[in-house]
Amino acid sequence: MFATGNHAVAYGVKAARAEVIAAYPITPQTQIIEKLSEFIEKGEMGAKFLRVESEHSAMAACIGASACGARAFTATSSQGLLYMSEMVFWAGLGSFPVVMAVVTRTLAPPWSIWNEHTDILSQRDAGWITIMCGSVQEAYDTAIQAFRIAEDRRVRQPVMFGLDAFSLSHTSERLDLIGQEGADAYLPAPEGHWRVVDVQEPATYGNLVGPERMMEIRYSVKRRVDDSAGVIEEAASEFSRISGRAQTGLVEEYRTSDAEVILAVVGASSGDAKDAADLLRDKGIRAGVARLRVIRPFPAERLGAALRGCRTVAVVDMDYSFGYGGIIGREVASVTGIRPFNYIAGIGGRDLGVRDFAGIARDALRRGESGDERREIWWGMKDSQPSL
Amino acid sequence: MGNEGFTAFTLKSLTDEEYYLPGNAACPGCAAVMALRIGLKVLGPRTIVVVPACCMSVVQGYYPKTPSKVPIFNTAFAASAATAAGIRAALDIKGIRDVNVVCWAGDGGTADIGIQSLSGAAERGDDLIYVCYDNEAYMNTGTQRSGSTPEGARTTTTITGKSERKKDVPGIMMAHRIPYVATACTSYPIDFANKLRRAASIKGTRYIHLLSPCPPGWRYPAEKTVEVGKLAVETGAWILYEWFGGRCRLTGPSTGLAERSKRRPLEQYLEIQGRFSNADPSKIAEMRRRIDEEWERILGLCHD
Ligand SMILES: Cc1ncc(C[n+]2csc(CCOP(=O)(O)OP(=O)(O)O)c2C)c(N)n1
Ligand code: SF4
Repeated sequence: MFATGNHAVAYGVKAARAEVIAAYPITPQTQIIEKLSEFIEKGEMGAKFLRVESEHSAMAACIGASACGARAFTATSSQGLLYMSEMVFWAGLGSFPVVMAVVTRTLAPPWSIWNEHTDILSQRDAGWITIMCGSVQEAYDTAIQAFRIAEDRRVRQPVMFGLDAFSLSHTSERLDLIGQEGADAYLPAPEGHWRVVDVQEPATYGNLVGPERMMEIRYSVKRRVDDSAGVIEEAASEFSRISGRAQTGLVEEYRTSDAEVILAVVGASSGDAKDAADLLRDKGIRAGVARLRVIRPFPAERLGAALRGCRTVAVVDMDYSFGYGGIIGREVASVTGIRPFNYIAGIGGRDLGVRDFAGIARDALRRGESGDERREIWWGMKDSQPSL
Repeated sequence: MGNEGFTAFTLKSLTDEEYYLPGNAACPGCAAVMALRIGLKVLGPRTIVVVPACCMSVVQGYYPKTPSKVPIFNTAFAASAATAAGIRAALDIKGIRDVNVVCWAGDGGTADIGIQSLSGAAERGDDLIYVCYDNEAYMNTGTQRSGSTPEGARTTTTITGKSERKKDVPGIMMAHRIPYVATACTSYPIDFANKLRRAASIKGTRYIHLLSPCPPGWRYPAEKTVEVGKLAVETGAWILYEWFGGRCRLTGPSTGLAERSKRRPLEQYLEIQGRFSNADPSKIAEMRRRIDEEWERILGLCHD
């Protein structure tokens, strides 16, 4: 079939038999929850849909449901994610295996509905496993895998997965489904082993904790998020076996083994980056692409291995941390010891196509050769770039 | 009105079983926790309590200890009704039908920051009981004014007395046309117990607004809690009523206080507490006028 990224997510969540869905509309996420409520109203899906009055409540309801051992899902974007943020941290620090789709979108002001990754990255310290999808197919595949990762006994942490606004959320691509049987085999009904609210075994959850115990509680979250890396790889390879489709675990490598320049990217524009690599290779430039599929836990080792041996690395960030730099660029630099050129591009949905990626790779090579010390480049600015 | 088939609860009908144990971290004389103890006796062990940020988050004590024999689930300040809605949805999905899901939230978490999620739940008709224990200020953070602080009361953010009137949350809840809204006061535990029992027998969103005197916040000696609450009712400053099936009726001692002459002088309620010590006669006259207005409104609802 053909489907948009948004509908692919809805099909994935349906296949995963989510039990409680609580959500609030925001462009460009809306189609996900419209489709899910359609499934439920037509009786094709047995979940409870809570049409809540805000994102804060959406996540609160998901946490409440998850606390009772139910499989809970929500989706949001941009302002909605920020409005929800208090509860996003509550889910992460409380280890509730909620799954959320985030259609990444620029934050206001000024109003903008187009793609940017600053929203999802703003929640990166919330204790959520964070994945960025590269295609419509991957949005579907990831929706199903996300529940398996979240609910795994070694993990039991929430998972959010991102889809680039419009370029993925609203673009139709070919989509293969694994069928309900396939999904059920891959993802058994939730055991609810994480249930914390149960009248049969009364306990108080979330009451006051003093300094003498908090570090250990946080450490257990750290352990689970760290350990999820292996579970994510496992979930991907098992999914690949069941679906017959190759899956990306933590990092996708494309023609990196002999590359002289590697574009490190996140999200759907990786497709254009790969085309750019092919184009450059036709012209005798050995280019490759490393796509970070997983942002938390940050795949330091896998990424380091992918980039090792390459002279020039260009990290492309569709996000920005003011007074600091591109978030992914900085993180890559800090965990790999590599000093990448950091391109800030595609901000507010600014076009970023094959030619841009080819240009970025060439620019990075040139800067590398000339020993340029400037590391941050705002790519595609209309005004002439101020020379720093 | 729908009193048929509902035999009133007496002191004897309350179980000896304790679901909220002594030794919890409440201040001496805390009405909110007395009411919780009574409330859990009414609701029984198949009850889940959702608590947002408020005094009750502290009263529950320090991890890993708890005074509660029923599950308590803590949530963020604004999120009690939504969290409870999620819990209810999960119970429904799992086919568990005989569990009470109860929010136990302060007036700040109800009238102010939490009103969005409460209103959303009420509009959707989510199946939960919401008890707002109203100590008429943000006590957990040290007695700042809330939307529910009455006019004239001193708080740390209204040091000369609050100039705005108290937000009418039960009225807001009635406007949602939910099946059950009642007020109560901890000093009349059997009246409260009956209301809670009635609420538990109905489906949908049910709301009880419980006046809960607070010794440190209201500035009176701890042993006077019951007396202070009684004065609130006997002076007419707090009206006990119950609204369901689209009709309202006065309950408890309020039944006999529709006529102003039957009420004790308002000063008796104000004088016993430190928080109204700034109120001069003109302010008190203003308060009296508001109280009369409130009585008229409630009596109007009772006559319809
Ligand atoms: C979002 C948020 N803002 C502020 C606070 C700080 N806070 C915790 S409890 C509280 C007051 C609670 O007042 P109320 O709901 O009336 O309950 P009480 O403490 O009086 O029992 C405040 C302001 C918080 N926990 N969360
Ligand atoms: S401050 Fe008031 S409401 Fe809070 S625990 Fe103490 S007496 Fe109870």
